[in-house]
Amino acid sequence: MEIFGIPTQALFGQLLIGLINGSFYALLSLGLAVIFGLLNIINFTHGAQYMMGAFCAYFLFTRLGIGYWWALAIAPLAVGLVGMVIERLMLARLYKLDHLYGLLLTFGLALIIQGLFPNEYGTSEIPYAMPQELSGGRNLGFMFLPNYRAWVILASIVMCLATWFVIEKTRLGSYLRAATENPALVQAFGINVPRMITLTYGFGVALAAFAGVMAAPIYQVNPLMGADLIIVVFAVVVIGGMGSIMGSIVTGFALGLIEGLTKVFYPEASNTVIFIIMAIVLMIKPAGLFGTQR
Amino acid sequence: MSEAALLSVAGLNAWYGESHVLHGVEFEVPRGEVVTLLGRNGVGKTTTLKAIMGMVARREGSIRFDGTQIIALPSDRIARLGVAFCPEERGVFASLNVYENLLLPPEVRPGGLTVEQVFELFPNLKERLASQGTKLSGGEQQMLAIGRILRTGARLLLLDEPTEGLAPVIVQQIGHIISRLKAEGFTILLVEQNFRFASRVADRHYVMESGRMVDMIPNAELESNLEKVHEYLGV
Repeated sequence: MEIFGIPTQALFGQLLIGLINGSFYALLSLGLAVIFGLLNIINFTHGAQYMMGAFCAYFLFTRLGIGYWWALAIAPLAVGLVGMVIERLMLARLYKLDHLYGLLLTFGLALIIQGLFPNEYGTSEIPYAMPQELSGGRNLGFMFLPNYRAWVILASIVMCLATWFVIEKTRLGSYLRAATENPALVQAFGINVPRMITLTYGFGVALAAFAGVMAAPIYQVNPLMGADLIIVVFAVVVIGGMGSIMGSIVTGFALGLIEGLTKVFYPEASNTVIFIIMAIVLMIKPAGLFGTQR
Repeated sequence: MSEAALLSVAGLNAWYGESHVLHGVEFEVPRGEVVTLLGRNGVGKTTTLKAIMGMVARREGSIRFDGTQIIALPSDRIARLGVAFCPEERGVFASLNVYENLLLPPEVRPGGLTVEQVFELFPNLKERLASQGTKLSGGEQQMLAIGRILRTGARLLLLDEPTEGLAPVIVQQIGHIISRLKAEGFTILLVEQNFRFASRVADRHYVMESGRMVDMIPNAELESNLEKVHEYLGV
């Protein structure tokens, strides 16, 4: 069976890959959006923190015998905690300066982290096994769906929607949104804004680490696994709109799918399509599809 | 500090960067009174409120609230002691609807108004709960800004020009509400340029010039000092 002259297995296979990539784009750009929204910092360390999540899962398994499911909880907590220390010791000193300084600091940190890991682990991929429960897959008739990939998509959607819900529909989320607009006034209402900022950064970083653990069985563990991805994720964030929560989720998944479709219909452009869209969006709507000018 | 004073400010100096804005400000706000800070634009009235609230980074001197020294405390700790601030620009959040704006300040002490009591004071708000905060009219935004701090249980309210830019009928309504709050035992420090409004609600008036407190006029003596007040305010 064919659609537009493309075998359905190939078409849906690429769409699935697009959706998987989109899951990671969405999780990572969501973390960036949460951080940018409150801290006004473009967290260039995000890719390195994603990689640290994957390495944390690898260490937990090889050194402590702790498997995937526990790693999915422990690695985000551990990497998030490291993030909170970075925020308190370094980022907190930059809030009164231009965005550029935060970007430079986090870019430098990313280079340091991504420079240290290869010394110990090289740059080749280190295998990380997927959990037994999710091995295999099912034939849907029009395509074969590996269980682990289905899980990644589902977990990513649930995590993204849960984050959106907390930010848009709860009291805690209203503190975050208000502090994004006027942190001094929110603090004058009795809310400990500096602590909220630290926890928010920790949460954004934890999202990256969570994505890293989920990526480990698919892409393998590699010190530079976040370096290339983060460039695409920044394009996703720019297209969605800096700081927009729903923008980062929708744009993440949509661009993953567009990338997948481009691989089917015009493979030569598949590596650049996101950047082409970014350039067009910047020209037409500089604040991004879901963003507002700040 | 007199026994009755809920707030006592002495030798207060404050800076914005290199700019020295307050020069040894001294005054007291007795418990249960409405006190106004009068003065022309730029004399330091808003800065005084912000310094009390801990929102000016560099401040020196003494600010005692209910006997507790608060000069070195961060603003969230000051709020938790029972001081609430309603800023000049109202500070209604665009990303929050009216209900979320109303519930934003946490309850810091028991004894605050319930949401229903706030609606009783400001019935307009009840009809606009789902609206974006900044889509309200100026008067409604002011009601929201005052209403939300009444929920917190704070005993001292710092109101920065609550009548600025509002229609006379709304100004009158805000005046009634301030009088009612006073009757219910709230202590209020009010920054005003509209001294006619201030004279209807306040017990005493402090006058500021160039970052200094230059005079205190009890409300009962305001009429006999009108010429002086006009001169202070440049009316």
